[in-house]
Amino acid sequence: MRNKIAIQVDDLTVAYNYKPVLWDIDLVVPEAVLMAIVGPNGAGKSTLIKAILGIIDPIAGSVSIYGKPYDKQRQLVAYVPQKGSVDWDFPTTALDVVMMGTYGSLGWIKRPGKKEKKASLEALEKVGMLAFKNRQISQLSGGQQQRVFLARALVQNASIYFMDEPFQGVDATTEIAIINILKELRKAGKTVVVVHHDLQTVPEYFDWVTFLNVKKIATGPVKEIFNDDNLTKTYGINYKVAVNK
Amino acid sequence: MTITEYFNLLFTDYTLRTITLGTAVLGAICGMLGSFAVLRKQSLLGDAISHAALPGIAVAFLITGAKDTNTLLLGALVSGLIGTLWIRGMTKKTHLKSDTALGLVLSLFFGFGMLLLTYIQKQPNANQAGLDKYLFGQAATLVESDVLLMLIVTGLALAVMLLFWKEFKILLFDADYTKTLGFNTKFIDITITFFIVLAIVLGLQTVGVVLMSAMLLAPAAAARQWTNKLSVMVFLAAVFGAFSGVFGTAISASQNNLSTGPVIVLVASVFVLFSFIFSPGRGLLFRQLRFRRNRRDLELKKTLQFMFGIAETHADISHPHAIKILNNFQGFAKTSLRELEEKEWITLNKQEWALTEKGFVAAKTMFETKEDNE
Repeated sequence: MRNKIAIQVDDLTVAYNYKPVLWDIDLVVPEAVLMAIVGPNGAGKSTLIKAILGIIDPIAGSVSIYGKPYDKQRQLVAYVPQKGSVDWDFPTTALDVVMMGTYGSLGWIKRPGKKEKKASLEALEKVGMLAFKNRQISQLSGGQQQRVFLARALVQNASIYFMDEPFQGVDATTEIAIINILKELRKAGKTVVVVHHDLQTVPEYFDWVTFLNVKKIATGPVKEIFNDDNLTKTYGINYKVAVNK
Repeated sequence: MTITEYFNLLFTDYTLRTITLGTAVLGAICGMLGSFAVLRKQSLLGDAISHAALPGIAVAFLITGAKDTNTLLLGALVSGLIGTLWIRGMTKKTHLKSDTALGLVLSLFFGFGMLLLTYIQKQPNANQAGLDKYLFGQAATLVESDVLLMLIVTGLALAVMLLFWKEFKILLFDADYTKTLGFNTKFIDITITFFIVLAIVLGLQTVGVVLMSAMLLAPAAAARQWTNKLSVMVFLAAVFGAFSGVFGTAISASQNNLSTGPVIVLVASVFVLFSFIFSPGRGLLFRQLRFRRNRRDLELKKTLQFMFGIAETHADISHPHAIKILNNFQGFAKTSLRELEEKEWITLNKQEWALTEKGFVAAKTMFETKEDNE
């Protein structure tokens, strides 16, 4: 094993109304990898992230972060939900949304102060959105909204980042900007888990991959396991992606 | 009594002052908490809760046999909370969508409440008359102790809101994310909902079961139009609510005692209507005006671009051309030409036009994107 284990998932099973969505998932993610979760629609990719983060209650299974139960390690974990999961007409500004990333470390009742504002402005700058800090969030484009969400996670200063389809509906410039930030995070020793749809870009963006279709098909380094065999097993059709070199 | 007489009486007449203060406080708390309901997309929750409170009133009367307001409202609170729990349970545990759950609880509880009311009315008890005032409310029955209770609850709600402001805001915007930060979202959710139920129950005596939800929604919907800041929205909603209460009472007292609840709701609706049309950012009027201005602006730009295309092919950009050649181009209109001349982008000379230096530059840089300078 090259690195410490960042995330360990044991026997995770999730069902919606008797229908299993995730079946007995075991998953070990080493520290400092950029991992894609790939699989067809309905494979349970988002559900996996949500179950790990405790947003959805699993029927069985446990999650540990750096060797301790997730409940005790929340401060180490940041989450970027799907852009479409919130109402962007909510009366607030970009900076205000990013500041929400500091609420977790503040805890109950305490309000964000100068320190939190400074950190939030830095996060906005990192994603190239400083000029839009006072924009009403409904006036942002899809790509800008995604950047704001990313900044909100960055300001949490976590060790592990979970992102649900951060490239959905964003233009090429934003996609490149986001992936560069993710690669920087990996370089800084952070672990990043991304629900990803575009198979073509997997080898270019990620160094680790998990194939998921209700059950876990395979997980490991992209170089070793991102092949037609696993793709076929996951998507159920003969897959030919010109990535096997 | 005219409205001016009413406002004069306000300072001398005790009853009138009590009622006015009561409706103002009620409007304020409903506006404040209604903002949360609206932003959570739970607008209809208020309607379901207020209808669900009716059987509580009836049962409380059947048990105690007395018409003490506080006892009846306590019954309303209990049955309102039960209704709310049922709605939550139904949406969580079954396939039913929330609108179905709301509709079911609303009609079930209201039906049961009406049944009990008619049963009570058939009782040979002289005390039973007047319970039906809770259907449409009767502000005239407000006494000092009722207003005091409203003030206490409003103060409490305000204190809790200020204390948990940050938690309320983040839950309203992104509940899942709030959970991952380690907050107990169930606690925040139940606190908000509890205060909404409390506000509704307080309003039953004044506005009544049927119209209560409008008191929650109308001020909040109106306030949303004027601001993009949550704190301002909540504040404005409270102000609109309070004014609806005062004006509603004034109108109803000065016009042969029109039923106060419906008048208050109508006044609140006027706030909504006015806001929808006249608010500068989101209002229909200004949106339409902006749309028209943009369209005219675009016509102007199209014409200028066409002229630019012609002028570009000449060594001298200000070489005059016949206005006629613009005829085979749709954007051309006499007013656009005049406006272009006013901007000094072109010069007009009888049947000819010529691009100026300024117009040339304007046309050339037209599509360069502007930086956001906020």
